[in-house]
Amino acid sequence: MGRRTALFKLHQELGARMVDFGGWDMPVQYSSQIGEHHAVRRAAGVFDVSHMCIVDLKGAKVRALLEQLLANDVTKLKTPGRALYSCMLNERGGVIDDLIVYYLAESSFRAVVNASTRDKDLLWIRRHAEPLGVEVAERTDLAMLAIQGPEARAKAAQLLEGPGAAAALALGAFTARGLDGWFVARTGYTGEDGFEMMMPAADAVPAWRRLNSLGVASCGLGARDTLRLEAGMNLYGNDMDETTHPFESGLGWTVALEPRERAFIGREALGAIGRARLARQLVGLVLEGRGVLRSHQRVLLPGGGEGEITSGTFSPTLERSIALARIPAGGVDAVQVDIRGKLLAARVVKPPFVRFGKSLIG
Amino acid sequence: MSKVPADLKYTKSHEWVRALADGTVEVGITDHAQHALGDLVFVEVPEAGRAVKAGEPCAVVESVKAASDVYAPLAGEVTGGNGRLGGEPQVVNSDPYGEGWLMRLKPAAGALSGAALLTAAQYQRVLEAEGG
Repeated sequence: MGRRTALFKLHQELGARMVDFGGWDMPVQYSSQIGEHHAVRRAAGVFDVSHMCIVDLKGAKVRALLEQLLANDVTKLKTPGRALYSCMLNERGGVIDDLIVYYLAESSFRAVVNASTRDKDLLWIRRHAEPLGVEVAERTDLAMLAIQGPEARAKAAQLLEGPGAAAALALGAFTARGLDGWFVARTGYTGEDGFEMMMPAADAVPAWRRLNSLGVASCGLGARDTLRLEAGMNLYGNDMDETTHPFESGLGWTVALEPRERAFIGREALGAIGRARLARQLVGLVLEGRGVLRSHQRVLLPGGGEGEITSGTFSPTLERSIALARIPAGGVDAVQVDIRGKLLAARVVKPPFVRFGKSLIG
Repeated sequence: MSKVPADLKYTKSHEWVRALADGTVEVGITDHAQHALGDLVFVEVPEAGRAVKAGEPCAVVESVKAASDVYAPLAGEVTGGNGRLGGEPQVVNSDPYGEGWLMRLKPAAGALSGAALLTAAQYQRVLEAEGG
């Protein structure tokens, strides 16, 4: 038996199929994975993401800690409530995890890291926090719901009611604020607008039921995966890990090498890579014919050279198969993919594939 | 609770077999199998004329989540695949024992009587043992 979120019993009651995910018993789907996917693209859906690890960082030197731990630059966070997406790297420039960090106050930040990497992340963060006197507290007392879709903010406002609703609706993209003991962030992992809401565990079940009654669909991790892949967002462990660096993972935009005196962990290794020619790149693939691209399938380049699919699926929005693949660097616009011994043609595209419900693939 | 029609034969790997009047058999995947796979998005059926051995992978069903092999329940020659599934794989979800059939086989001599197929009651026990 895995770990259970505050919503476990409700998921069972709603008929969810439960699977193990990073040591947690989580709902993969309720009725139809494709139906849940469309609910998020067309209206609104709610996900239980309480398995993700919420870490509060407090202390006078918390900024110094984050400047050391994160490849993105926390000095970009100038206004309380602002959020930043970043990789946390090892000395070789490999990705320990990707995370979102929220700036709450000058001595107080909140990070949300992946469930599957929780143990090593906490060890790593604590190891560097201790000498700086920064307190690291995992918030296992909180549940986290993601409400996503074109109608998500309006539905969430109905859930919050009153002044809380107006405050939540006033949040700009990638910002957050506390609201009556809840923490509401305009962030997500679907390519749609919406909120991620952290709340005392006891509030999760009533909030979920209320959202259902407002017409927000219960959505499982299956739909979350097809939505994030359409949105061109990486999944840690599939698309990057400790053996790959951000530049070959489509995450170069999250690495702040300037100003030059920035001394984050992994910087030296990345600097050397930046000066050399990039060997590999992460690209998007769209399968031309029928079939389904899957992780670990071989990708063959026209001029020779091979790569591998890191995440692949059937895209319910595009009604064809899409993937992220790591291939040798260089301009290439078509490849072949080995699916059970057959070589099928795929087009190389720049992710995302879908954004705000619209196809970006011509 | 999955449907298990009494007039069909089954395999432990969740295929069903229907004997047709012309001596051929129709093969598909069970209601339990389609439910476990979830929404199907791609089905690959064998071409007519292909000879298959019992237990040989001869079709592929793919849901959003994963690809699964479908095994020939008995030895024989494929007389045709269900062409409709190319454009409408979801028919396997909505009607697994009818319009969602995968292929038809002409059993090899003695293959139908000799195959270790399960009755509906036996297959039901397989499902119960799997917790389904």
